[in-house]
Amino acid sequence: MPRLAALFFALLLAVAAAAPARAVDDAVFAAALKGLAVEGFAEKTAAADALAATGDPRALPVLRAMAAGNLYVRKADDAPVLGERAGRDLALTDPVSGADLGTAASRDLTKITVNNVLRTALAAIIGRLEIADPDPARRRAAVESIARDSTPEAAGVLRAALEHEADPGVRTLMERALARMSLASPDAAVRLAAVESLAGGELSPQVRALVAPLAESDADARVRDAARDLVERIELRLMIVDITLNLFQGLSLGSVLLLAAIGLAITFGVMGVINMAHGEMIMLGAYTAFVVQEAFRAFLPDGVFGLYLIVSIPAAFLVAGAVGVALERGIIRFLYGRPLETLLATWGISLMLQQVVRSIFGAPNKEVANPAWMTGAWEALPGLVLTWNRVAIIVFALAVLAAVALALRYTAFGLQMRAVTQNRSMAAGMGIRTGWVDALTFGLGSGIAGVAGVALSQVGNVSPNLGQAYIVDSFMVVVFGGVGSLWGVLAGAMSLGIVNKILEPYAGAMLGKILVLVFIILFIQKRPRGLFALKGRAAEA
Amino acid sequence: MSMKALGLRGLALGGAFAAALTAGIAQAAEPIKIGVLHSLSGTMAISETTLKDTILMMVDDLNKKGGLLGRKVEAVVVDPASNWPLFAEKARELLQKEKVAAVFGCWTSVSRKSVLPVFEELNGMLFYPVQYEGEESSRNVFYTGAAPNQQAIPAVEYLMSPDGGEVKRWVLAGTDYVYPRTTNKILEAFLISKGVPKDDIMVNYTPFGHSDWQTIVADIKRFASAGKKTAVVSTINGDANVPFYKELANQGIKATDIPVVAFSVGEEELAGIDTSNLVGHLAAWNYFMSVDTAENDAFIKQWHAFIKDTKRVTNDPMEAHYIGFKMWTQAVQQAGTTDVDAVRQAMYGQKVRSPSGYDIVMNTNHHLSKPVMIGEIQADGQFEIVSKTDAAIKADAWSPFIPESAKLTADWTFPWVCGNCTEPKFAK
Repeated sequence: MPRLAALFFALLLAVAAAAPARAVDDAVFAAALKGLAVEGFAEKTAAADALAATGDPRALPVLRAMAAGNLYVRKADDAPVLGERAGRDLALTDPVSGADLGTAASRDLTKITVNNVLRTALAAIIGRLEIADPDPARRRAAVESIARDSTPEAAGVLRAALEHEADPGVRTLMERALARMSLASPDAAVRLAAVESLAGGELSPQVRALVAPLAESDADARVRDAARDLVERIELRLMIVDITLNLFQGLSLGSVLLLAAIGLAITFGVMGVINMAHGEMIMLGAYTAFVVQEAFRAFLPDGVFGLYLIVSIPAAFLVAGAVGVALERGIIRFLYGRPLETLLATWGISLMLQQVVRSIFGAPNKEVANPAWMTGAWEALPGLVLTWNRVAIIVFALAVLAAVALALRYTAFGLQMRAVTQNRSMAAGMGIRTGWVDALTFGLGSGIAGVAGVALSQVGNVSPNLGQAYIVDSFMVVVFGGVGSLWGVLAGAMSLGIVNKILEPYAGAMLGKILVLVFIILFIQKRPRGLFALKGRAAEA
Repeated sequence: MSMKALGLRGLALGGAFAAALTAGIAQAAEPIKIGVLHSLSGTMAISETTLKDTILMMVDDLNKKGGLLGRKVEAVVVDPASNWPLFAEKARELLQKEKVAAVFGCWTSVSRKSVLPVFEELNGMLFYPVQYEGEESSRNVFYTGAAPNQQAIPAVEYLMSPDGGEVKRWVLAGTDYVYPRTTNKILEAFLISKGVPKDDIMVNYTPFGHSDWQTIVADIKRFASAGKKTAVVSTINGDANVPFYKELANQGIKATDIPVVAFSVGEEELAGIDTSNLVGHLAAWNYFMSVDTAENDAFIKQWHAFIKDTKRVTNDPMEAHYIGFKMWTQAVQQAGTTDVDAVRQAMYGQKVRSPSGYDIVMNTNHHLSKPVMIGEIQADGQFEIVSKTDAAIKADAWSPFIPESAKLTADWTFPWVCGNCTEPKFAK
């Protein structure tokens, strides 16, 4: 007998658990579903509310599909259907029976359009349905979307859900959300508790905006003090975050400049060629990344797509390096010692390269996707958002610089290169084929520019004009840092990046750039050889 | 049958014969030349090359249908290479050397300003297909893109409405040149007239091709954290958009938090961006490729057949060229000549059924009446239309929100005959 009672009790529990999501009559559900296909976003919101209110478990997938823009009306019979992209067509599912309805062309369907406001409202409705979801991550998201609208109903839903919540993380999230909603409570004790609860949480500007009015003019002195205290703490925190963020942004801009300039530090800095086609080497590298990406998309499974960037790096080095060697052998070697003609010739080459790329790939921008591991951001501290692609580029720029420095210092080619640039005739006398060393040096500089192009394709445009955007900055960095010095390039790029980013919030992007240019002009007047001037005979030549 | 009737018939016959004869002569006559003045190299090639192809497509189509006034039409394509002074030189070459009947060209306002004196001096006819800042009406230019009241103002009104999220705080971000500066001046005046306090408007300008958006996006985030619904109105132009949107996506700014409405970002610009993280950001135009009309299907089909690539997109300036070219051919047919003064008279009131599915009319201020559409970016790089006007809206050449220009009228017909007058030239 006790066993039977237990069984009965368990059954009762199961029914109770399933109660909020009991299935309603198909006709009622279908009618509520039809309601979604109305004109006007306010009407659609009301219809979505009504659908959720049926309490039917089938409503949730429909609402999710609607929010994602996957809910359609079939033109033939006006029936709402769920559609998933399947190649050129859409694979349809019946939301009532869950049956597979085959595929249809998108012109046979009318999409139930959603906009930002409706999407937000849907997120809140879905949130209410998902607040009892077994997955804590879902519940967490649900709390966040419910908390966005601060209506009494939303507070009620949260309070009810808090009763059953077991996960401590989700609990605190709910408590904070409730605290935020009760800041306007007429009861001073409730307000004080709310402020104190918020003080234990995330010190974000959003919280400051909510609490600031209380700190200004709350009727109760204790609430006012607590709020003022909280606002001060948030402001201190935000200041620290701001400074760190500024520094990071400076480093990140600096590393972009560094990448663009390392190649030039070799072709211009070491060889003394005023290479106006340097930007186009960067561009070639970016296009190589695009071609490699397309090849990966076409021939390799999706799983390894993220690796295309790794493959692009050596490919871009080879492509840009080969073009560089060809340029040196074909044109530039005849112009050594005539800087003006070199400048004009390389400028012409840069225009030709641009037009060649434009003819092959077309004028519009090409999309080079960030691999999944480079998208998004890392929130190091609340409010301190470091985007992954920027972090990756900082690391990559330093790695390239280290590789170049090591190659110049420790390889036989590096030794020959330094020998040729320091004293050409002596090096030739020692049996070094100076012509080949020149070609390979130019190739190395160009190849590194190509590698930079791969990285820069991750933060900016890939278009035939890509190089133009970087050529001036590259020269600026090399001249400022000191012609011929790799450390100069590092110091030059980083200081220009940081100075630029410190100036930008105060002076604006436009004026900031101008100020930096003026600063460089003045600096060059004082130290014509840049930050790190080379010493010795080569520097005097 | 009386003699008179016979005579009449004879006359009619003779007339028909003569007409056939002149038609025969005309067939052998020189083709009608039109100029295409779009940059095919340099910064603007990214946008303008497509417009050159659009005109070539229209010419091709017209010639297949028998040409114009019994003559073939020939497009003379020149490349001003995104170089503003070169635009003026090439325009002179087209008008004086090639003697073209009309020119289709320019994208940036600065290129238009550069060719304007040439067209006015030589009495040419320019069709300008891009949305712009207004505050202009030249006798020698027909503006087939949107004026601010056909794009910027309706977009801001949408965001202010309940459907748009009742935005209270505004960031006006633009590239630093004439179009964004003038548009933002108009928008600021408009917002203030709607009771938005000055503190709730943030204006920011960046150089052409700006690529490092970290600080500005962080600033926007900070500005938006004041507890009021915030939106960004972007007049950022050209290449700078790709890094801007990449930065938005990476910093996790969703359209449901801070929507960005752009006036220079269309299907063509989105082709270079992965849009899966940008769903919900907006753009305002007079045409979207996603418009569901039979006219648009035909337009897209024609484009794909001409360019031999079904992946290519169509966009608003292309549609503007489509409308402009059709209007010009209709006006030439009506005038019976390609003479600029005659065609100009015939242009007024000219009506074309556009791919957007509306009857587009040319007004006497040289601007069009066009519908306004607001679209949200979708994951496939297309726009979903979330709001559109019921009827076409007439362009204001002069904005009523700028006090100096509110007084001005543009009307090139009697009694005004003026592009910027406070009173008619031929009163009484």
